[in-house]
Amino acid sequence: MEFIFYLVPLIPILPLLAFAAVVLFTHRNNRLSSNIVIGATVLSTLISWLVVLATISGGESVQAGGWNLSIPWLPTGSTTLNIGFMVDGFTAAMLFMVPFVCLMIFIYSQGYMKLGQPNQDPRYARFFAYMALFAGGMLLLVVANNLLLLFIAWELMGLCSYLLIGFWSFRDRDHEEHIDHAQVGRARAAALKAFITTRIGDVLLFAGMALLYSYTGTLIFRDIFRPETLESLQSIRLLGMPAVTLIALLIFGGAVGKSAQFPLHVWLPDAMEGPTPVSALIHAATMVAAGVYLVARTLPLFIAGFAGVDAPALYWVAIIGAITAFFGATIGLAQDDIKRVLAYSTISQLGYMMMALGLGGLVAGIFHLLTHAFFKALLFLGSGSVIHGMEHGHHAAPSEQEKGHFNPNDIKTMGGLRHKMPRTFLPYMAGTAALIGFPIITAGFWSKDEILAEAFHLWQETGGLSLPFWVWLAGTLGAFITALYMGRQTALVFWGQPRHAAAEHAHESPPSMTVPLAILAVFAIIGGYFNAPFLGSLLHHFMGEVHEASEVVSSAAVPFQPVVALVSSLMAILGFALGWAIYRNYRLGEVEPFQRWLGPVFTLLRNKYYVDELYHLIIIRPVVWLANQAFNFDSRWVVDPLVNLMGAVGRLASSFSLSFDQVAVDAGMVEGTAKAFNAFGGWLRQTQTGRAQNYLLVVAVTVLLLVGLYLYL
Amino acid sequence: MIPLYWWLIVAAALFCIGLYGVLSRRNAIGVLMGIELMLNAVNVNLVAFWRYITPQAMTGQVFAIFVITVAAAEAAVGLAIIIAAYRRRDTVVVDDMDIMRW
Amino acid sequence: MPISQIVQIVVFVVLTAMTLGGGLGVVLGRNLFHNALFMVLSFAGVVGYYALLDAGFLAGVQLLIYIGAIAILILFAIMLSRGIMGRQRQSNQQWWIAALVALLIFVVLGVVLWQVEWPVADQQALSSPSVAISQLGMELMGPYAIPFEVASILLLAALVGAVILAREMPE
Repeated sequence: MEFIFYLVPLIPILPLLAFAAVVLFTHRNNRLSSNIVIGATVLSTLISWLVVLATISGGESVQAGGWNLSIPWLPTGSTTLNIGFMVDGFTAAMLFMVPFVCLMIFIYSQGYMKLGQPNQDPRYARFFAYMALFAGGMLLLVVANNLLLLFIAWELMGLCSYLLIGFWSFRDRDHEEHIDHAQVGRARAAALKAFITTRIGDVLLFAGMALLYSYTGTLIFRDIFRPETLESLQSIRLLGMPAVTLIALLIFGGAVGKSAQFPLHVWLPDAMEGPTPVSALIHAATMVAAGVYLVARTLPLFIAGFAGVDAPALYWVAIIGAITAFFGATIGLAQDDIKRVLAYSTISQLGYMMMALGLGGLVAGIFHLLTHAFFKALLFLGSGSVIHGMEHGHHAAPSEQEKGHFNPNDIKTMGGLRHKMPRTFLPYMAGTAALIGFPIITAGFWSKDEILAEAFHLWQETGGLSLPFWVWLAGTLGAFITALYMGRQTALVFWGQPRHAAAEHAHESPPSMTVPLAILAVFAIIGGYFNAPFLGSLLHHFMGEVHEASEVVSSAAVPFQPVVALVSSLMAILGFALGWAIYRNYRLGEVEPFQRWLGPVFTLLRNKYYVDELYHLIIIRPVVWLANQAFNFDSRWVVDPLVNLMGAVGRLASSFSLSFDQVAVDAGMVEGTAKAFNAFGGWLRQTQTGRAQNYLLVVAVTVLLLVGLYLYL
Repeated sequence: MIPLYWWLIVAAALFCIGLYGVLSRRNAIGVLMGIELMLNAVNVNLVAFWRYITPQAMTGQVFAIFVITVAAAEAAVGLAIIIAAYRRRDTVVVDDMDIMRW
Repeated sequence: MPISQIVQIVVFVVLTAMTLGGGLGVVLGRNLFHNALFMVLSFAGVVGYYALLDAGFLAGVQLLIYIGAIAILILFAIMLSRGIMGRQRQSNQQWWIAALVALLIFVVLGVVLWQVEWPVADQQALSSPSVAISQLGMELMGPYAIPFEVASILLLAALVGAVILAREMPE
């Protein structure tokens, strides 16, 4: 089975080749383009699953130490930076999920981007090209054996995120009748916001990498996590802490940006401007999970030098994660856009993952990452299906009451869709159940429960109001609120009466969209079992020893905590029932119940705690002001005037030169010489009278003179 | 005998008178007459020199004869030219014959 | 001073008056015909000069050729081109410079000629010049035969040239 591993490089390369093929060759043929991308993804998925099988069969050695393929890449002076691929238990777990979810989403995208229909998206092929590029990037991230390659893939995904969020900011004027300019503006702004916000994180990550490389001379994971390396990094102190901790915090900075943790979470909700498959893939299942993956991968750096989980770096991970988990959920309560609810839900769930990692629960965090990928992708794709249904309904029966713009995403205008779109409704509910952590039968229950169990267990050990306590509290309350907002959302969308003509006339989406929903729903249900405690906690065995070599992290499975399970189940069911009941009979135009009861708090939630406004005030405006000053310095006040002055001086000098040339040289010397000679010649030729007597007289005079001269000498 | 110098002076005077005529007469024939005077002066000079310096040899006279011959030829040709020019231009004024003017 | 000497001087002076006076008459004056006649007078004076200088043959030649041919030729030319000048002045614009130059040349010549030591022959040679015409003839046919022939060719050329130049062109 060993030979399978040599196919690992193909896993990211196939989608990248598909990207190149579509961009260079087949972009005119839409069907062929998407087929190429899907085909490449199918192959990647197959190879990935084979690799997973190989890893399982390879046993401990593979799962712990992994398989490596490394080449020297960048000579830097006397050392050489090696990069390459690796596979261990962790990688295999990711490889199981990532290409498969990508595949489901790509198949869904064919229907979503309306292949073969009259209003097929004009930039269809380009969309698939970007998605292929993205898939290549994520897969590369997962199989990278060193931080540099990971960072390259990281940036690649950041680029694709920008391109795909802003996908609808480019409209093909020749092919579309009416372009919604407001949407173009929103998409453009959102893409830029995403890129710049994650950039802040990327800079921190790169700083951490640079620091790490300068002290250790390598970026390969296996080499970084050697005990000797970690020890040497501990002994150096920078800014009052061990170097290793500083590096860990910088790396975490990158994760904060990419995984939309507080305070760099502001880009994720705006990123919903992109097409729904983009939201599903990038912002639920994979890219935002890259931050979690990064922290998980480099966990030894966070823990080095400290006992257990008392490391300051780890503290911060847990704290930020807990804050994000709780507050993200609260904002989701007050959103009306179906995708935005899910976006804040994603932010919140990512917080859960970070929380878990922050408590040393490597496996718990990754487990939740995997299950979340499945059910959140399902939820997003389902919301896309709903949105499509609403759009169809709107076109079928445009209502007189609609003056101005119709927003198909607004859940307040939906209602009763479980009858109109059953094949969307059922998988969506499966996803909802997984998200809220419906007990036993959903994957989400097992993964969320594990996180809470870890926290609870640690609390037991440390006692009092320690960090694990707060984590557990945040997680439990967050679970309640999660269930609450999902109850609200699903009640408004699927139950009750249709509140708008569009909802009345909505119809189901094509199979290319509903079949992936069904498949993902299956995984949302059964995906939890392979790490359920009573079934052996397989994932723990699988990847528990990933960081063994560093002698720092040990991930033994936490024993099953009935109390925790009971409490979280209660939260889930109660919350959902409450939300559902309250909103089931909502009518359009009324003030919604939460607003009535929570008043100003609700307004605060709806406006996302005014974080965006705050950033605008304290960051954006000063930066823009500074940029304006710089612009003025350059264009108006100093640089350009100086340049223009130089130019003017030059022009003045050259005009003098011109005058001099024209007058003194041309007119004076050149022409003057000519004129002088002309005049002289004109004067002199008068001696040529043509009369012989004159000539003779001259001869006579000359003779006289010569003779006279001769006589005197 | 009359001193040689007197003869030379006379010849020089005649020559200069002829020169004046050549330089200042407007009529072409007048110019030609001036030339004849100059040639005569030359002849007188030659013969005077013969008589006073080499009376034994006839060289002086021979030379003078040749001068007379050439003068005759030249007068004939010159007058033919003048006649031709007169026929063409209807003028014998030397001043009007200035085609070679600038 | 012996009487012959005085006679010589007187004759010389008279001849000089004729020659130079005739010369002046040629170059001054308005009437072209009168100028030609004065030229004849001048030539006549020169004839006398030759006689005084014991060059008898030359005197005869001078008379025949100059007065008898050239002067007549000039007179004919004057008559053939008569009337066209009429009352115009005869002297051109540069006459005063010409006079000045001529005068100066005369002065210079006079000065120069006075200063030269002429190698005058001795008394005996002077008193017996070779006047035999036969000797002249011998010279022409002997040492100066070639110039003689050349001169005849020249005359021929002049003859032909003059005829051609002066003929009436057929219209």
